[in-house]
Amino acid sequence: MNFPGSGLAKGLAVTLRTMGRRSVTAHYPDSMPELPPRSRGVIALIEENCTSCMLCARECPAWCIYIDSHKETIPATTEGGKDRTRNVLDRFAIDFSICMYCSICVEACPFDALHWSPEFEYSELDIRELTHEKDRLREWMWTVPAPTALDGNAEPAKELGAAQKAAELSARDAAAAEQSADTSGEGPA
Amino acid sequence: MSELLPVVLRVLLVVVAFLVVPLLVGQVEHKAMAHMQSRVGPMYAGMFHGWAQLVADGVKFVQKEDVVPTAADRTVFKLAPAVALLPYLVALLVVPLGPGLVGEDLDLGLFFVLAVMGVGVIGTLMGGWSSANKFSLLGGIRVAAQLMAYELPFVLAAASVAMAAGTLSLTGIVHAWEPWWLLWQGLAMVVFFVAGLAELQRPPFDMPVADAEIVFGPYTEYGGLRFALFILAEYAGIVVLSALTAVLFLGGWHGPFEDTVGWLWTLAKTFAVAFVVIWVRVAYPRMREDQLQRLAWQGLVPLALLQLAVTAVGVVVLA
Repeated sequence: MNFPGSGLAKGLAVTLRTMGRRSVTAHYPDSMPELPPRSRGVIALIEENCTSCMLCARECPAWCIYIDSHKETIPATTEGGKDRTRNVLDRFAIDFSICMYCSICVEACPFDALHWSPEFEYSELDIRELTHEKDRLREWMWTVPAPTALDGNAEPAKELGAAQKAAELSARDAAAAEQSADTSGEGPA
Repeated sequence: MSELLPVVLRVLLVVVAFLVVPLLVGQVEHKAMAHMQSRVGPMYAGMFHGWAQLVADGVKFVQKEDVVPTAADRTVFKLAPAVALLPYLVALLVVPLGPGLVGEDLDLGLFFVLAVMGVGVIGTLMGGWSSANKFSLLGGIRVAAQLMAYELPFVLAAASVAMAAGTLSLTGIVHAWEPWWLLWQGLAMVVFFVAGLAELQRPPFDMPVADAEIVFGPYTEYGGLRFALFILAEYAGIVVLSALTAVLFLGGWHGPFEDTVGWLWTLAKTFAVAFVVIWVRVAYPRMREDQLQRLAWQGLVPLALLQLAVTAVGVVVLA
């Protein structure tokens, strides 16, 4: 019905109805926001997994990862064996004032050394404090949540499929070995 | 000396009301507007749902630097906020709160209030002209055009109810009021309220002073205490408009137990009208300058004249 002024009256009705409803404003910092899974807050590092392959530093579009490392030799364990070399990190720093949270470094790392944590309250008064060194990056690891479950209809992870196949194969081999042991056992007897 | 004391006391009470009630209306605006927009408004000032927000704002404005633009007309620039603010204080002196509760009961109360509210316009014009700023000047000229346009329906609507009551005294009009006047003077009430909103430059009629349109128009160069006084003038204007609408068209102190709590009814009706002022601000978009003028000249003035005719017929029939 479009009598003159009906639009005006509808506007008033909508605002009055909204005033009656409780507002959904979340009162941060008295209450923490409910973050979705896999939220990107800060990047954490497992120093032991890192081999200084430099893939993350190279792939970072913002060049915000600083890596220094040196080689250490581990003497051969067996007589006449080869000495092993190992990369040891001297410095691994991420400058979060430049980081654009694109996740390319986390995806690029072949050794699962970098992980996402949903922590976001690390603002500083001095911009130099926003460059986190490897000790601070290790501290963030304690806040990394467990990986979220896949969707109901998703393809299972490749590791699961490979592990399952390996288990089936070894079970089949064990069964075949038993059978041949039985038949060979029965033969001469 | 003893005859001076009650006068001074009354003036003092009106001044206190003038300083406190606009702040209450301002706080209601913060919270009501917020909830109408699905948010919560001030929550921290004063520890309990931000009741002290305007007090904090006042302190903030007081401690700001006093800046007058180099090219500005200094005297006019400095006087503008006072000229915008004081007329509302003077107008409040004549508005009756209850039977016998009034700052000064003038026989020409209504005429006095309308004249004094016209002076308040000059404050905004002074601000616009003296700021030496193109946006301010443009805003000031728009304010002048808007207020001239809406002064006419404002006065005609007030004249209608004065004619119905047979007196210009505000207390006289409240005494003569009867509930069926809500219908008889209903058109005048709507015209008076809309024209009053435009006089106060409240949304949806705030084109000359909107910060998104014209960088606050005449108030652009003002900061600190002077700006705070302009804002206080706006809210004091809302209080005066609401009080006038309540007293002229809604029956003032009439209601149950009016001899003892009549003042409460006046206050309740004033706050109800102030809430409608805030409600209208939230619900409606801003009108363009030409739409504004068209509404006044082609809408409100003919309606006000129609109401005058209806009132005249009624007065003659009832005489």
